[in-house]
Amino acid sequence: MGEKMLMKGNEAIGEAAIRAGCRFYFGYPITPQSELTAYMAKKLLKMKDAAFVQAESEIAAISMVYGAAATGARAMTSSSGPGISLKQEGISYLACAELPCVIVNIQRGGPGLGSIQPGQADYFQATKGGGHGDYHLIVLAPSSVQELVDLTMDAFDLADKYTNPAMILGDGLIGQMMEAVEFKERKKIDLPDKEGWILTGCKGREKKYIVPFNLDPYEMEKINLKIQEKYKKIIEKEIRYEAINLDNADLIVVAYGTVARIVKTVIDNAKKEGINIGLIRPITLFPFPEKIIAETSEKINKVLVVEMSYGQMLEDVKLAANGKAEINFYGRAGGVVPTQFEILTEIKKYLT
Amino acid sequence: MKKVFGSPKSLTKVPFTYCPGCHHGIAHRLIAEVLDEFGVREKTVGVCPVGCSVFAYVFFDCDMICAAHGRAPAVATGMKRAKPDSIIFTYQGDGDLASIGTAEIVHTANRGENITVIFINNAIYGMTGGQMAPTTLIGQVTQTSPYGRDPKTMGYPIKVAEMLSTLKGVAYISRVALSKPAYILKAKKAIRKAFQSQIEGKGFSLVEILSTCPTNWGLSPIEANKWLEENMIPYYPLGEFKTPEEVS
Repeated sequence: MGEKMLMKGNEAIGEAAIRAGCRFYFGYPITPQSELTAYMAKKLLKMKDAAFVQAESEIAAISMVYGAAATGARAMTSSSGPGISLKQEGISYLACAELPCVIVNIQRGGPGLGSIQPGQADYFQATKGGGHGDYHLIVLAPSSVQELVDLTMDAFDLADKYTNPAMILGDGLIGQMMEAVEFKERKKIDLPDKEGWILTGCKGREKKYIVPFNLDPYEMEKINLKIQEKYKKIIEKEIRYEAINLDNADLIVVAYGTVARIVKTVIDNAKKEGINIGLIRPITLFPFPEKIIAETSEKINKVLVVEMSYGQMLEDVKLAANGKAEINFYGRAGGVVPTQFEILTEIKKYLT
Repeated sequence: MKKVFGSPKSLTKVPFTYCPGCHHGIAHRLIAEVLDEFGVREKTVGVCPVGCSVFAYVFFDCDMICAAHGRAPAVATGMKRAKPDSIIFTYQGDGDLASIGTAEIVHTANRGENITVIFINNAIYGMTGGQMAPTTLIGQVTQTSPYGRDPKTMGYPIKVAEMLSTLKGVAYISRVALSKPAYILKAKKAIRKAFQSQIEGKGFSLVEILSTCPTNWGLSPIEANKWLEENMIPYYPLGEFKTPEEVS
């Protein structure tokens, strides 16, 4: 049994990161994730062989992560929409240089300065690259504070395993919410040795360098092919999702994070009215759980995608279903969280 | 026979690919000599910028990393914080340091990060083909100031050494040139002091090196040295702007 405590989502991420061995945090304040930055300051500034830097900007923060990651240290930064946009330069460099790190996006309403309430409109940015060039992050979407903890720890392992940046894609609701969390004993897993690529001085060996560029297009293509090969492996091995009530459902909802949590209540309420709803909740957004959606679409031909956006994950669901099912969509955005009532009303529209 | 002159260990055997008359090669060599003299090559990581000297990683025989344009001081911050025993230097041009990376250099200096910055000021963007830099002189003709830099719309050349020396976190700042042997000897001393400052944990150190870009200035190497002395040095005075007592 691990330790159980009542924690706010944002602080739970910080505690999970520290327990996962992250000793270097670089960040910049932004609502609704600032508690995480403050938590890391409180803890890391008192720890040995650790550093907390309040960076001058999000751009600098992600570049500090790049530097710390290049020494082999577990490093993290966090932000919300507008700040994550600024970090895209560094994220693209990290992906090209194949440096592991964890980036947390506690999404708020967008676009522009948007709002400070929860949102899910950074899905495209998180899963399709976000910055320039062809690359992917490993994107994990927690739906409870407990999952924030577990996935944050997993994110560091996955980042190290694939030498790739990993992102926790939460939202303002999960970040601000308090829940009981348990810090479970984790199984030791074998991770690849970092010695081959870390930069700590060339004592006793040839010099090494990390340069995310090559002016020879054929060499640059090789760098691209190498990371594409890695994404194939990630798709093959790391897909995670939760499936509820898929047998004999009248309709399947596909939703992630906070919205999926609301849908679970909708399922219970619908049952009382004799309506049988299933849920597919992607836990990894990249890699996306295409297969389960494809298989389910063959059996149940009514699907409703619900998001706090105007239809971003919707595109991936449509690609996965490939015309096999009728795909409908309901979304609220800008910081508005859809209610159980609204979602159930929407479901009923497609069942008459 | 006693060997009296050779290539520094901290440089690889790869011949420089910089243009004839460009000062990057001299600056690289001076840094390499200093790393050798302090015996720190094996615990040094250099951060190269975006610009002509992005290729510095090829020429330095120590661990190297390439930062995004202007972000070298932030990358260096992350490295030094994670491995405080490493010797970390950045090598940045004027577009990199004084334009797109202004925020990073100011705040890295202000935090007093214990790193060394080598700042190459040649008053122009080299790699992109000769556009106006923040350090381009008044009236200087470049691709993007084709009628000469007009301060009314393009602002004034930024004096980086003076500006950063007002910050309390800074331990050592000097400005040097490489246009003649006497200057090169002084430049070497300044680079030594900057690294010494880092080795002794004194805090942020920076050496601004006035350099030529004969290709984009449209001058021969000899004319370029002359132009530097006649035009740059009067505006960018040489000397030390900040020294910690123990280092000076």
